[in-house]
Amino acid sequence: MPSISTSAGEIPLHEYDVIVIGAGGAGMRAAVEAIDKGCTTALICKSLLGKAHTVMAEGGVAAALGNVWPQDNWQVHFRDTMRGGKMLNNWRMAQIHAQEAPDRVLELEAWGALFDRTPDGRILQRDFGGHRYARLAHVGDRTGLEMIRTTQQRAVALGVDVYMECKIVRLLKNADGAVNGAVGFWRESGDFVAFSAKSVVLATGGVGKTWKFTSNSWECTGDGQALALWAGADAIEMECVQFHPTGMVWPMSARGLLVTEGVRGDGGVLKNSNGERFMFDYISPYFAAETADTIDEADHWYDDKVNYRRPPELLPRDEVARAINSEVKAGRGSPHGGVFLDIASRRSADFIKRRLPSMYHQFKQLADVDITTDPMEIGPTCHYIMGGVRVDADTEQTAVPGLFAAGEVAGGMHGANRLGGNSLSDLLVFGRRAGLAAAERAKGTPVDTSLEAGQVNEVVTHALSFLERDGGGTQPYDLHHDLQETMQALVGIIRTESELLEAKEKLVELGERAKKASAPGSRRFNPGWHMALDLESMLTVANCTTIAALARKESRGGHTREDYPNPDPELEKVNYVCRYRDGEYTVTPEAKPEMPSELRQLFEEEEASGGEAVAATKEGDN
Amino acid sequence: MAVGTSQTEGPSGAPSPASAGEHGTASGETLHMQLWRGDKDGGQFVEYQVPAQEGEVVLDVVHRIQASHAPDLAVRWNCKAGKCGSCSAEINGVPALMCMTRMSTLDTASPITVSPMRTFPVLRDLVTDVSFNFEVAKLIPSFTPAPPPPGGYRMQQVDVERGQEFRKCIECFLCQNVCHVIRDHEENKAHYAGPRFFVRLAELEMHPLDTLDRRAYVRERMGVGYCNITKCCTEVCPEGIHITDNAIIPLKERVVDSRYDPVAWLGRKILRRPAPMTAAEAAAHTSAATRGVSDAAR
Ligand SMILES: Cc1cc2nc3c(=O)[nH]c(=O)nc-3n(C[C@H](O)[C@H](O)[C@H](O)COP(=O)(O)OP(=O)(O)OC[C@H]3O[C@@H](n4cnc5c(N)ncnc54)[C@H](O)[C@@H]3O)c2cc1C
Ligand code: SF4
Ligand code: SF4
Ligand code: FES
Repeated sequence: MPSISTSAGEIPLHEYDVIVIGAGGAGMRAAVEAIDKGCTTALICKSLLGKAHTVMAEGGVAAALGNVWPQDNWQVHFRDTMRGGKMLNNWRMAQIHAQEAPDRVLELEAWGALFDRTPDGRILQRDFGGHRYARLAHVGDRTGLEMIRTTQQRAVALGVDVYMECKIVRLLKNADGAVNGAVGFWRESGDFVAFSAKSVVLATGGVGKTWKFTSNSWECTGDGQALALWAGADAIEMECVQFHPTGMVWPMSARGLLVTEGVRGDGGVLKNSNGERFMFDYISPYFAAETADTIDEADHWYDDKVNYRRPPELLPRDEVARAINSEVKAGRGSPHGGVFLDIASRRSADFIKRRLPSMYHQFKQLADVDITTDPMEIGPTCHYIMGGVRVDADTEQTAVPGLFAAGEVAGGMHGANRLGGNSLSDLLVFGRRAGLAAAERAKGTPVDTSLEAGQVNEVVTHALSFLERDGGGTQPYDLHHDLQETMQALVGIIRTESELLEAKEKLVELGERAKKASAPGSRRFNPGWHMALDLESMLTVANCTTIAALARKESRGGHTREDYPNPDPELEKVNYVCRYRDGEYTVTPEAKPEMPSELRQLFEEEEASGGEAVAATKEGDN
Repeated sequence: MAVGTSQTEGPSGAPSPASAGEHGTASGETLHMQLWRGDKDGGQFVEYQVPAQEGEVVLDVVHRIQASHAPDLAVRWNCKAGKCGSCSAEINGVPALMCMTRMSTLDTASPITVSPMRTFPVLRDLVTDVSFNFEVAKLIPSFTPAPPPPGGYRMQQVDVERGQEFRKCIECFLCQNVCHVIRDHEENKAHYAGPRFFVRLAELEMHPLDTLDRRAYVRERMGVGYCNITKCCTEVCPEGIHITDNAIIPLKERVVDSRYDPVAWLGRKILRRPAPMTAAEAAAHTSAATRGVSDAAR
């Protein structure tokens, strides 16, 4: 086997047409496509195969199949997506997504997925927030697991080469400035490994672990966003982070864990410590027309959605999260710093257990709370990053030749706020397209895939420095803790200039300390060392989110500025683009691609018809 | 080398998480955590004393030890929500997910042991080499549907539900870990797929759209005959899959009928595999390996 010499000795080199970094829904789908197109393909992931964060997705995958509502079609899905994203989305991505999602879902079925069925034997679709029609194909409350398993089994059947528990530390570039490889290490042995490829697909997922309270899993440390930025790519909308209103707040160990919106959809209400349904006090004028303003009216909605307006508990996610935040700040929170989500007093125990089995189980097992008799304590939790690596809508090619990105790591598709269910479909649609474009590049014009030993050596030496630094330096765990505290407190749901500036300063200091972090112990499965390297990525994300949040002087979707509480119509046309140049993070406003008039018309038609789409909108999550 | 054969095995007489009942971990109390530390060359339990905190699961305590006492303590985890199946271990000798085992269900007055799964070679500390499972997965003849009819596939909810139960599997491999056929007999790994994969094979067999006949293969290469329905796998499954009743027993029944099925011959041609084991051989292995009554010779 070929190898490269470095200060850590000879390291093996694996040569492929395409390497895919990340084995969540997006990475698996990309790998399947690349193999299908005849490329030698490696799938690399930092946990075991089949454990990626995608397994946690519950509610479903959005696709306008029209199985439940024949009126549904891609135009309606497109419009819902753009409206949900507060029009900040890349219109072309939203269009492709809406057009192709149905085929991608049906394809899963042909690979063995077993979705829930309609009475006439087709794929059942469920209602979800922001989607005008019942649109989410699902498997109970474990749709993500179904998607992972299906794509995993497909990739294995096609004979993909999997490198698991292998963390990529840096991307490599050739003399033409194209990405042509990557260096990583095996978590188990600590031994380094290099890959060369004609195309590299990033599918590394989200960034949640940068915040203290998150619904995200261990691996969501923003590695892909950082790898791309360091390699010279652009990132957009990094300020748009989605805080889901209902995460568990107690016990501490479960803090952040998602509580599905289904609880509210099925009758659960939010109460403060005085027992008041406070959401009635937070109905913004924008939604007043379609929201019930009395308890009586709200309670009738569950049975008669035509004649009654929806309860304010089902307002959009950002609205509910902000309301909860205000109640807690005003001293009306629950004992552990959240508010109460009560379904026990409103529905029978049987109903709750039947409709919300996993929530019943989750609270029973982790909090020892019986949700059929007691209220839950909940509060906002960091859930998803809308922003990410800027890509070409059709090919998922980044600003750097040879580098593609798909899934949560990519930006543009969801604008300022993501609708529930639109992520799983995003993974499939753009995972496939990234795999396809990567394969086309690999099969097309020749690419210089020779790796430069000096670059590889630099990466290895840098990575090892954390192990070699004895004592003195800060512990990576302590740094992670400080970073999470900083981001939670200063770059959370509600932002303001002074706090963002404070965060920016703290991040400089944390960055300095992180450079000197030390992780004692051996190279073999050493989590302290892994953390030191994950921290570099999280710090990159934290810096970009902070500077982009400072730059966007308005409130829109997942970005709320206390000092600029309203949206600025001009900023709907602007992306804040983050870059990493000469050791500095920069942010630049740039004009977004403009929507063609035939698509713009869809929104005008809607306004003409009285905006009934908004009225049919119900908030969802996941 | 399996952990159990090194000098210190988890005290098998220790109370199980389930039987210990609610003990409650009062804050201020000190926890005596005995974590297995070592690698393939051996190791031992090391005791860490940490203050108890309210509402924690075992994984939290392990993480606190990692952050305060032992930054290089190896532990595998991912979702911390019982959804990914990464954090399997043996807690007081009982196989369980660390992220779903609350400290308050354990007797914290005595030391609590946490050791790696015994059936798989230890890599370091609590992390084992589960690659056996990924190798078996590659041997499973994949889903092979008939082409879709015009208008797409139709399936009824009742027909997908059986498969859906099996597809709840989070691949924690706890069932593999407790299955005595491989737990006590390393040599059986060469010709035995284990309960996780019987679940997978049952799912494929019962899939409304699948057309491939895997029965002879299941019997001969996957070694379903070794299983003698001890149900240990079902007991540990965190997803509550009825592994034995709903997957293995129906699979065994189908396999018995398949002996002379011509499609099986086709399967044999397509799939390269080692010389098949006869039912009699399987029975001999099984009865030697187990306590229960073997049904493998049926
Ligand atoms: C609790 C919860 C519920 C959700 N429910 C829904 C839902 O119902 N519907 C919906 O549409 N969306 C839902 N989402 C969002 C959705 O699950 C995620 O956005 C999506 O799964 C991300 O998939 P991905 O393929 O981009 O990345 P991931 O699934 O996060 O996978 C990332 C992969 O990259 C690998 N990786 C990362 N860094 C490296 C590195 N440096 N080197 C090597 N490999 C690396 C990881 O190991 C992993 O394999 C939910 C999210 C949460 C938290
Ligand atoms: S029932 Fe069969 S598969 Fe399950 S543990 Fe017992 S022998 Fe193993
Ligand atoms: S069948 Fe159950 S115990 Fe076995 S791997 Fe799957 S989830 Fe784990
Ligand atoms: S960490 Fe995912 S199951 Fe325990």
